[in-house]
Amino acid sequence: MRYKVILCISMILILAASLIPGLRADEFKEEDLKKWQDAFMVVVIEGERLFHSALGTNSVSCDMCHPNASNTHPETYPKFQKQIGSVATLRDMINWCIENPLEGEPMELGDPKMIALEAYITWERRGVPLDPGKH
Amino acid sequence: MSRGKPITRRSFLKATAAFTAASMLPLKLVDVCWGKEGEKFTFGVISDSHLTHIKGTKFVNNFDKGLQQAVAETGLMWPQPDFIVFGGDLAQLGKKEELDHGLEMLSKIEVPIKFVIGEHDFYLDMGRYWEEKVSKLYYSFDHKGVHFVVLNSILTYEDWIKRWRTPEERMLQMARLDNPQGSPFMVGLEQINWLKTDLSKASHDTPIIVLSHSPLYKVFKPWNFWTDDAEVVQGLLRPFKKVTVLHGHVHQILYNQIENISFQAWMSTAWPWPYPVSYNQKLNMVPKMTVFMNRADPFHERDATGWSQVTLEAGRVSQHFDLWENTSRTIAYDEKAGHFVDSQYQDPSKRIPPQMHY
Repeated sequence: MRYKVILCISMILILAASLIPGLRADEFKEEDLKKWQDAFMVVVIEGERLFHSALGTNSVSCDMCHPNASNTHPETYPKFQKQIGSVATLRDMINWCIENPLEGEPMELGDPKMIALEAYITWERRGVPLDPGKH
Repeated sequence: MSRGKPITRRSFLKATAAFTAASMLPLKLVDVCWGKEGEKFTFGVISDSHLTHIKGTKFVNNFDKGLQQAVAETGLMWPQPDFIVFGGDLAQLGKKEELDHGLEMLSKIEVPIKFVIGEHDFYLDMGRYWEEKVSKLYYSFDHKGVHFVVLNSILTYEDWIKRWRTPEERMLQMARLDNPQGSPFMVGLEQINWLKTDLSKASHDTPIIVLSHSPLYKVFKPWNFWTDDAEVVQGLLRPFKKVTVLHGHVHQILYNQIENISFQAWMSTAWPWPYPVSYNQKLNMVPKMTVFMNRADPFHERDATGWSQVTLEAGRVSQHFDLWENTSRTIAYDEKAGHFVDSQYQDPSKRIPPQMHY
């Protein structure tokens, strides 16, 4: 009996929850879009900060060769990177730069700092059509 | 080796080494340039070395190597150039350590050096150490019938200079090329008045060469490839028949012609900047006549960096870029075209895929 009461209450709660508009997966409003864009831009701004910081050991920063992340071509990745002889991702190349000109340690590919760098680099390239594989 | 001096083992070895090295350099590098006054002569250019102090006696090795290589190679030019121009940005953050380190490397050059100041040398102490140890900030001189003017083109507005809490903060803000809080370069009224007087002494037939750090025309404001009062300076140069402005700052091959004035940039020994066309969020005014240098290969540390030699003949400039780890380029004034022309690639059908920047 007690079990049936709990089940019944649970069913009512689930039904009630599905009627609350904010919890529906397929509907969102302008303010939601703004909220999500803002959350993305927080990461872009962090990426911009990292891009202009010394991420290695020698005080060199990414922007010294890539002002506004230019000449990074995120729209062309993944691509065959002729210098390493295989198909590489943008994150592989970010790590290459950290290890070589910046003389630092590579990041985990899922490191929040790596995601922030990728967010900034692609944000500065917004509007450019994808062109994977282009050298 | 001058006449009358005994040949010592040291001087013999030095001359032999120079001769051997010169014979290995491309022919253009050993262009014979002696002659009477007013005739052909050559000077070397080293620019934008950006020596970066880490701590103690440690500097960024990559940038040290660039300047060392340029000094070594200009030292092997035979005959030696009449002088070397250093085009500014010897230091990265204007520190005494960086300037001293650079001056020590440059001390191996045996011909006179004409210095141009860059913003990275200036904004820590507003050029005080530079004036004390290196050179005047602006000046002129005459050489073999050509009038040279060196300008300090990296000044900016007083209210921007006073905005920052410390000299270090001001320097860091100016050192960031893509800084949205940056401030445009300018020559300023004091120098413009000085330039007016200086040029009034020269006849309009005298070839004029202006050496500046920033381009004295407008290319791309977001990266300060820009001088705010460029048109005022251009106006003062307008009456002269042969005028060339040579500049640093942009770390790339770049040339232009605005009425009677031919413009050309110098290479950096440290790293290349991308062309503004590769930043698609803002409009640029990159001169259409420029044939871009090859896109840099970051896996070759010295690619897209180098030094150049400038040959002056009848008041017109030919600049040869010795590009380490890449094909050399020569860009010379073409009387028929009335502007600078690349010796190999100017015709669009001759261009090669690495010159495509996007």
